[in-house]
Amino acid sequence: MSQASQDTASPEQPAAAPPAETAETQETPAPEAPKPVDVAKIKNILEANDSARMRMWLSICSRCGLCAESCFFYLAHDKDPKLSPAYKAINSIGKLYRAKGEVSREFLESLEDIIWGQCTTCKRCSMYCPFGIDIASMIAVARAVCYSHGIVPDGLARTTDNILRTGNQMEMATEDWVETCDWMAEEYGEEVHGLEIPVDKQGADYMYTVNPREPMYYPQDLGMAAEIFHLARLNWTVPSTGWDATNLAMFAGNKAVATIPVKNMYDKALELGVGAIVITECGHAFRSAKFEGPYFVGIPGGRPPVPIIHSVELFRDIIRDGKIKLKHKFKHKVTYQDPCNVSRNGGLWDVGRELVNLLCEDFVDMSPNKEHNHCCGGGGGYIPMGPSYKKRRMISGKVKADQIKDTKAEYIIVPCHNCFDQINDLNKEYELGVKVVSFKEIITELMEIPPDMIPPEEDEEEALEAQEEAMEEVSEEANQEGSEVEGR
Amino acid sequence: MAMDKLYEFLTGPALWIAVIIFVGGLIIRVAWLLGLSRERDKSWHDFQEPVWAWRSIIHWIFPWLSVSSRNQPVFTGVVWVFHLLWIGVPLFLGAHNILFEEAWGWSLPSLPAGLADWLSLLVIACVIFFLVRRLARPEVRILTSPWDYFLILLALSPFATGWLAFNQIGPYGLMLNLHIFLGEVLLVVIPFSKLGHMVLYFVTRSTIGYEFGARRGARVW
Repeated sequence: MSQASQDTASPEQPAAAPPAETAETQETPAPEAPKPVDVAKIKNILEANDSARMRMWLSICSRCGLCAESCFFYLAHDKDPKLSPAYKAINSIGKLYRAKGEVSREFLESLEDIIWGQCTTCKRCSMYCPFGIDIASMIAVARAVCYSHGIVPDGLARTTDNILRTGNQMEMATEDWVETCDWMAEEYGEEVHGLEIPVDKQGADYMYTVNPREPMYYPQDLGMAAEIFHLARLNWTVPSTGWDATNLAMFAGNKAVATIPVKNMYDKALELGVGAIVITECGHAFRSAKFEGPYFVGIPGGRPPVPIIHSVELFRDIIRDGKIKLKHKFKHKVTYQDPCNVSRNGGLWDVGRELVNLLCEDFVDMSPNKEHNHCCGGGGGYIPMGPSYKKRRMISGKVKADQIKDTKAEYIIVPCHNCFDQINDLNKEYELGVKVVSFKEIITELMEIPPDMIPPEEDEEEALEAQEEAMEEVSEEANQEGSEVEGR
Repeated sequence: MAMDKLYEFLTGPALWIAVIIFVGGLIIRVAWLLGLSRERDKSWHDFQEPVWAWRSIIHWIFPWLSVSSRNQPVFTGVVWVFHLLWIGVPLFLGAHNILFEEAWGWSLPSLPAGLADWLSLLVIACVIFFLVRRLARPEVRILTSPWDYFLILLALSPFATGWLAFNQIGPYGLMLNLHIFLGEVLLVVIPFSKLGHMVLYFVTRSTIGYEFGARRGARVW
């Protein structure tokens, strides 16, 4: 069968219906004119995900309720029992399987609340279940079923459209991407001499991939990354295609589309013969590239074709190995947000802390933390779901807001774009008064530019200023000497 | 006497049938799931490192080793005692071991009869605790169906009737036969219900251990 090459019940990658379905589901039907239910389509998706694990999970849940307190939706809503993970699973995917897919449109629409509005597939509950039932993976299958019937938040549906059209979730054209890289190389080259952002460099050690919101809205992220890599004297490149590491189709429940960005990225890495793919400070991009991607693309053995490294790992190595010297450590009190897909689902909680401690003097952890950290409330595709979900996002984010408030930190380091947006929103909503920063911002703030990378003009100016202070008049000779020194 | 005939049937052919269904059912269920997994659970087979399976199992089979089990320490303790006694008391009960001896000329060490009597009461107490918790905690009550109450009472029934028979409360012959009958029903139901976690616990804990540990390098306890 066609699903044989797919890992059918793996988290966030429910085997979707055939690709043909994708185009069809793009036209989200107007609520006034409900379409009939395509039972065969639902049966297909359920069948493809009817794995041994799914069977076990559905049959052995002992209804103990231990999962309830693991869920921030439950905690943020006065322990509403309908928000316990088991309740949500039983009443979505459980009912779909029990009815063998023969359900009404009303039923599917009633699931929208549970699977999109009450779960970020953060997987915390599977750590709190005595049997290790992976509820997030089950919800992901219910998402695939609903997606196949156009029952999906508009914002998420739009990202899959964009991926289909352009290969990236924000519809950025290749020329715009490359131009942005050039522009940033120019801008940041004024601070760091010789800085460049090499595009499609064959045989580079690292291929850096980003979240499209960086080139679209925060190009300085790209500039800062270039500074760090240049200072560390890495042999790196950005690809002209396959640079979007994110994968919102993975959360939307459309496996066919989720395959596209991953395949673009892998193909480019192999074409350039790079040593590793580096993922920007983004959680779900890491999950997609490293863990789910191989199954989307159908690589036997489930491993990516080249090693996948998260920024947190690369930055840790750079700072730990002294490839970048720091002027001093960061002096403010900081806390650290463990993105679910970096820590709990990526195993990097210690790496993140090591990096924080290398950079900062005063680190205070949240509680709970590490792999037990709560989702920020913006994961699993929640942020892109759009404004209609914002209020709910703020209410359920109270758990995270309280966690942050309790640390009394002035700064919070957040190595994930979704967490970043969510915590910024929480910051305003709950008046946390905390500054939200990425690792890149901290590192570029603290880094000492080695003499050979100090731009000539700056050197001249500095020399000038020094002389002005000393003699209060400009000496042309001295100025020339300064230039000569720089010229060497 | 009818009760004697019934006793002979229950300890003869009925017992054989129950044990065969119990053992065979569990073996077939696990074998079938493993077969299905080869085709449909690729990542489970791609990332098998036994150390992660064992860590996942051990951190949950003993009480209070996982964060979750420490969050509800009393419940965890009661669950643990219940499971230990549920398996241990029938195996090491003197009366059962006399039957083992008669049947196979082989038996396990026996608990003192008085102690076993008290331990049976403790099993009953555990189940009462579970029922009260199930009703008292909204997040548990909302998940509970009549089938869940039936299963927990079925799991208790051989202990309750056994205790009554041992203490000669009620009609002994009837109570004894009821005890054996309910035990056999329980054995038959185990492979086909959530009670299959008796074996499947080890399978699901292994898979989540592989998923988090072997695949992602993360702990799951």
